[in-house]
Amino acid sequence: MVKPENEFTWHDIETGTIVTTPGNASQYRTGDWRSQRPEYTFERCIKCGICAIYCPEGCINQNEQGYFVADMYYCKGCGICATECPLYVINMVEEVE
Amino acid sequence: MAKRVGIETSLAVSEVAAACDVDVVAAYPITPQTHIVEHLADLVANGELDAEYIPVESEHSAMSACLGSVAAGARTFTATAGQGLELMHEVLFVASAMRLPVIMAVANRAVSSPLSVWGDHSDVMAARDVGWIQIFVENGQEAVDNTICAFKMGEDHNVLLPVMVNLDGFHLSHMIEPIIIPEKEEIRRFLPPFDYPLPLHPDKPVAMGDFAPPVIFTEAKWAQEVNLQKSYDTILRIWKEFGDQFGRYYKPVEEYCTEGADTLLLTMGSFSETAMTAVDSLREKGKKVGLIRIRLWRPFPFEELRKAVDGTKTLIVFDRAISTGGPGGPVASEVKAALYNLPRKPLVVGFVGGLGGRDVTREGFEEIILQGEEIARNGSPNEYEIYGVRE
Ligand code: SF4
Ligand code: SF4
Repeated sequence: MVKPENEFTWHDIETGTIVTTPGNASQYRTGDWRSQRPEYTFERCIKCGICAIYCPEGCINQNEQGYFVADMYYCKGCGICATECPLYVINMVEEVE
Repeated sequence: MAKRVGIETSLAVSEVAAACDVDVVAAYPITPQTHIVEHLADLVANGELDAEYIPVESEHSAMSACLGSVAAGARTFTATAGQGLELMHEVLFVASAMRLPVIMAVANRAVSSPLSVWGDHSDVMAARDVGWIQIFVENGQEAVDNTICAFKMGEDHNVLLPVMVNLDGFHLSHMIEPIIIPEKEEIRRFLPPFDYPLPLHPDKPVAMGDFAPPVIFTEAKWAQEVNLQKSYDTILRIWKEFGDQFGRYYKPVEEYCTEGADTLLLTMGSFSETAMTAVDSLREKGKKVGLIRIRLWRPFPFEELRKAVDGTKTLIVFDRAISTGGPGGPVASEVKAALYNLPRKPLVVGFVGGLGGRDVTREGFEEIILQGEEIARNGSPNEYEIYGVRE
């Protein structure tokens, strides 16, 4: 695990701010940006996976029942999944957390 | 042993870049720099230089291609001037912040409008805060020597910064002079192969050019600033090593006839040689004048400058660019800032001249010195003086 960003001093900055551990963006909690969250009416879901393909965070995965669900660590609440779902399964509601 | 040959400065710069075994040249032609990249293109096309020559569609692309090439670990050279440098502008910041040592010759040219292909320092002065090491040279030999040094400085692991070698457009770029171009073998003894520490390579992936949120941006910028300031010691060391091997020594601030001078003229670039003849002529007439030239513009040589002007009454700074609507000459304003807090300092008088290729002769510099002394005695209503404008 990389240090939390707010503990980085200027001495810790790699030459040219090069990232030597590629893929560490996965540790970045884009979920913090969220002002809306997706809610599901799974009864209508046909498990087509369109929402997962369109999600810009790539954070929608299938759960044990085969439904497509957002990982809230990363979901930034953009609402693209809700717009793209052909069966209106997803409804964006205000994030109150 | 290398021979002294009569050669145009531009061609000498390309010859020496080739002798430094450059791997990639990505460039776009623009007057008065064109001969440099044209000749490099010839050398590659003729098979005399084993390098990749990327003829790009603009200077923005030229600098961008250079970044990629250095990031892959290739020794990279380019050249530009005037508008070309301005079109590169945003990429210049990226080169330094990403610590990619692109080496670039700039044949300094005025910036439009009105369109001028002729020389002054407006181009580089608009690019002074881009985080590059910036060197000014005065003649063809210095251009050659400092191109070699630029590779060694920029590529040093303690530095890893892009370096700009500024040579005056036409007054220097197109001048045919006797120049010693060191042999490849001699250069190889001086300049180690380029070994970029974290190159793009599939075996050890890295991510370059990332974004930084507010929580990290200040740290990243400060790391960059400390590094550029610290490059100063390495620059001095490399000039010393160059001098020890080739017999020609360079300093961040060069002095001429400064012994006991009451008045000093300060210049940058090729006009300095004309200014020297003006100092000689005034010295013959019994005036205590001298000349200092700033060779290293970034990182700025604060200590050397303060030492060089210590004890002088009047310092006349000659700029070849205007910070319009501001303090006049950028060099004068930085020099003033560097001296302001000293308890003992000369009075600084700023002149702007030599714009868009206008010559300043020996007599011209004599006039500037005498008028500067007069202003030091009696003052002037102006923030700075413009030299040679027709009223
Ligand atoms: S709102 Fe939907 S599309 Fe947007 S990030 Fe969250 S899961 Fe992905
Ligand atoms: S797009 Fe709609 S229907 Fe298709 S899997 Fe996602 S939620 Fe279900």
